[in-house]
Amino acid sequence: MNPNDTLSTALLIAGAIFFLAGTVGLLRFPDVYTRLHAITKADNVGLGLVVMGLAVQAETWAEAGKLLLIWCLVLLAGASVSHLIARGALTRGIKLWRR
Amino acid sequence: MEAVTLLQWTFDILLGLGLLWLAWQALTSPDLFKGIVLFIAFGLLMALAWVRLDAPDIALAEAGIGAGLTGALLLAAFAKLRTVKTNRDIAEHPEKGKLKNRSLQFWPAALLLVVAAGLGYAVLSLPPYATGLSSEVDANLNASGVSNPVTAVLLNFRGYDTMLEMFVLLLALLGVWSLEGSALTREALPGPVLNTLTRVLTPMLILVAAYLLWVGAHAPGGAFQAGSVLGAAGVLLLLSGWRLPSNLAAMPLRLTLVAGPAIFVAMVVLTMLIEGRLLEYPPEQAGILMLFLETAATLSIGVTLAALFLGGRPQNKNNKEHT
Amino acid sequence: MQILYLALALFLLVNLGAGMWRILRGPTAADRMMAAQLFGTTAVAVLLLLAQATGKPALSDVALVFALLAAVTTVAFVRRAWTDQGANNESE
Repeated sequence: MNPNDTLSTALLIAGAIFFLAGTVGLLRFPDVYTRLHAITKADNVGLGLVVMGLAVQAETWAEAGKLLLIWCLVLLAGASVSHLIARGALTRGIKLWRR
Repeated sequence: MEAVTLLQWTFDILLGLGLLWLAWQALTSPDLFKGIVLFIAFGLLMALAWVRLDAPDIALAEAGIGAGLTGALLLAAFAKLRTVKTNRDIAEHPEKGKLKNRSLQFWPAALLLVVAAGLGYAVLSLPPYATGLSSEVDANLNASGVSNPVTAVLLNFRGYDTMLEMFVLLLALLGVWSLEGSALTREALPGPVLNTLTRVLTPMLILVAAYLLWVGAHAPGGAFQAGSVLGAAGVLLLLSGWRLPSNLAAMPLRLTLVAGPAIFVAMVVLTMLIEGRLLEYPPEQAGILMLFLETAATLSIGVTLAALFLGGRPQNKNNKEHT
Repeated sequence: MQILYLALALFLLVNLGAGMWRILRGPTAADRMMAAQLFGTTAVAVLLLLAQATGKPALSDVALVFALLAAVTTVAFVRRAWTDQGANNESE
């Protein structure tokens, strides 16, 4: 295995772990706000690590740039949409979870 | 290679089962909203299925229309239905909603039976084994003016199919417009986050639409994919409270809507006059003619989809007083 | 490396299957929509992995369209279809 392959394997597996964490959080966390917190980790970090892992393997700069663009778009969409959902949930009176 | 094949098989089987299960859940869900979200998830998985079936063109269209626009359209319809449901008139007189005339139920059923029988006959009369037409498409690809076989089929070899699809979209919009005018009230102000999102995303959507249109000549992409992305830009603008300026809402809007179908018809007449056959382009000019056609089609598809989302004839206060 | 790409794509697909439970269960409309949002992001990752595994760069265009349209449905939900009833249904 050359160093590139090792690096991208590590990044990809780390990304997959974040996706798993996001899904587990979505299933196990108690209310809208905490679940939102969990899925944004998968959106931002999980996809980010996967994109980086694949970008290491990219043959041209254009290919790597496209991967980066896709990640930036998901970041933008994920961040804005989470904000909209959290704000909407607050104004609609969905209660915060208390232990 | 063994492990690769095994992994691909497992992936495909899981994907297929997931699709069937989602479809069943979406259809049987008594909660309308849940059904819509399940349908959106179904669209996402369906795009993955098209990718696995080696049909990236359809995957692109499914990603744009199935997962993106249909979801937004269904959610808007859901919002409308809610206001209808709370309508007192219907709540107090439930019998108003029922069909009194039995023949109104009989004729559609009879028509559907005839169509189903015809389709069944067509399927049964297919030859049991066929090689498909891909070899013929490949043999004639040079004469088509593009190097993506799907675009060659859609716009050259069977261009009339695409033309009829354009008319179907236009008819759908005419149907919606004949029902009512759009509401004059605007949505609430978008707030800083949605505002920024719209301002960044809209130019990106338009740029990617142009890219998909251009790349369609030699790789997956084309008018419908580009049109759906353009339509999404319109939907996003409408959602953040933007409305077409009233001086553009009458004639310019209508001209854009019919541009695609109209240029198709013009092309039909032209090719009939020059080559004597329907939509058969001279091979030297085929590429540029198809690009021209696709550009007009993209514009019309995008604007039609956005107008469908708006859900009513655009109107301003002035012409409402006239009618 | 191809085996790793495919194995991870499969792993993410199983993740999607588990996330479906939240769409079915709710309890609020926002929960279902959030699950759909996670579906979209996971599908982007799956597509990129498949593009690399099968050597078809066109698949990254599909991922690009997914990434672009990811926000549109959820914005439509927040701005149009979000009922207030969600607060009453919260019974977990």
